[in-house]
Amino acid sequence: MVNAALVAALVGVPLWAHVAGEPFTITLATRAVIFALAAVGLNLALGLGGLVSLGHAVFFGIGGYAMGILAFHAQNYLPMFPETLAIEGTKSMPVIWLVAVIASALAALVIGLLSLRTAGVYFIMITLAFGQMFYYFTISWSAYGGEDGLSIWVRNGFPGLNTLDPIQFYGLCFTLLCGALWLSHRIARSPFGLMLNAARQVPHRVETVGLDGQRAKLVVFVISGAITGLAGALFADLNRFVSPTMFSWHMSGEIMIFVILGGVARLFGPVAGAVLFVAMEHVLGDLSDYWHIYLGALLLGIVLFARGGVVGLLAGRAKSHD
Amino acid sequence: MTEPVLDIRGLTKSFGALVVSDGIDLSLNPGEIHAVIGPNGAGKTTLIAQICGALAPDAGTIRLKGQDVTALPTRARARMGLARTFQISALAMEDTVLQNALLGALGAAGNPWRLFRPVLSDRALRARAEAALDRVGLLEKAAMRTADLSHGERRQLEVAVALTLEPAAFVMDEPMAGLGAEGGQKMTALLDTLRHEAPILLVEHDMDAVFALADRISVLVYGKVIASGPPDAIRADAAVRDAYLGEEA
Repeated sequence: MVNAALVAALVGVPLWAHVAGEPFTITLATRAVIFALAAVGLNLALGLGGLVSLGHAVFFGIGGYAMGILAFHAQNYLPMFPETLAIEGTKSMPVIWLVAVIASALAALVIGLLSLRTAGVYFIMITLAFGQMFYYFTISWSAYGGEDGLSIWVRNGFPGLNTLDPIQFYGLCFTLLCGALWLSHRIARSPFGLMLNAARQVPHRVETVGLDGQRAKLVVFVISGAITGLAGALFADLNRFVSPTMFSWHMSGEIMIFVILGGVARLFGPVAGAVLFVAMEHVLGDLSDYWHIYLGALLLGIVLFARGGVVGLLAGRAKSHD
Repeated sequence: MTEPVLDIRGLTKSFGALVVSDGIDLSLNPGEIHAVIGPNGAGKTTLIAQICGALAPDAGTIRLKGQDVTALPTRARARMGLARTFQISALAMEDTVLQNALLGALGAAGNPWRLFRPVLSDRALRARAEAALDRVGLLEKAAMRTADLSHGERRQLEVAVALTLEPAAFVMDEPMAGLGAEGGQKMTALLDTLRHEAPILLVEHDMDAVFALADRISVLVYGKVIASGPPDAIRADAAVRDAYLGEEA
């Protein structure tokens, strides 16, 4: 019911805004959908794998910079590595997405291999540390704007669509979100999901039936990073701008807030969380610069009284991965 | 004479000055229940941890089906057919009873790296899990959340998960723990039938169950096996009475 209402709102509101000529509302909805996609990625690691990653901004940022760097080279007609490889930049979204997904998956593989040697609070700290490393690296990366970031003049293209039209770009983002939700749904019910779910709750049991729980966590961390990376590429395209703030720990924290707000390990939890966050940001942000106070209060309430998040509160207890 | 399924020779482990396993020799033959008893702190749990691969011994060898597994990780021993049950139930409480059984079946017979096909649509896996649940009498509760089971039912599920492995040997850490008189009798009857599928190394405090089930009993005191033999001989052994059984035996 909650899920159906969410989907109806995410389809209905932008369509209404399109007809009514309210492009800003569509942009808000696009922002919510992209955040939701990033959070669906984190929810795989956090909800299913129990991996409290405070470094998911790394993948969001890598996705963003994949878009930024490729489009920067294309708009300036400058090939990358001019002396040796001379790779042309691109303004094609499918190519950018592929690069974003592969690059963030590789980063997740390396970070996961190192971080998964630890658990609990050490895992949180090491993922946070990786995030800060990338943040300060991009700040000093003057070839791509350093602290000021990179502006991309025109939104990248998708074959057959006019991505400058807000509703068409929204449709693309929404479709990708649906794809990621479908993927999460399948993974949660698969043998792999069963193994991961048990590895989160009783790691020693998984080993005593002959399964490799640690490797399962690494695999889900990579998938999770790749999805968040894709969201990063879309976010950069929405703003036509990338900067080191995409890598900051605030971003990691926000992605985690979407998941906790909506409901950890609930399929539509990240979607509900991201929509609520963007709505609060817009409505309360108009009232006060300090709207985060209300967000904080809501988060406290959820953590203390409704562990299942908003989705859990409205839909009741999960029937083994709702 | 048939070769033992599990053969432990000279197993030694110490934590600093404390010797928890002191040259332990133990074997488990096909079709038998071999009980290991001993007072608290005798080193029973560290013995199990070493047999199953959670803890590395300082010296000695562990052979499973004739193969030296001393250096192998828990996972590899499980795949060779060593099924462990835990003293404190190690079950995924948020999941259903069937999902817990499926996990065992997956470890033994499935492909855990499938990401898209629903696990419930794998008929062979499901049949294996349901057969194990049926054996312990939990099939009608397959769809229940594990957290909603009674303590006794969780103990049964613990055995069912081990059964899904279709193991070569069971290593059971106090399967009777916390069971009442009735539950204990049910579990005793269950274990009695299991020995024909695979021999059981049974670590247990419940003496009624031990003397009802065991073909052989080894007594562990301060990391040493002080006596080993058939139940009647153990009951009559003066050193054992002194160390452990006290007046009630």
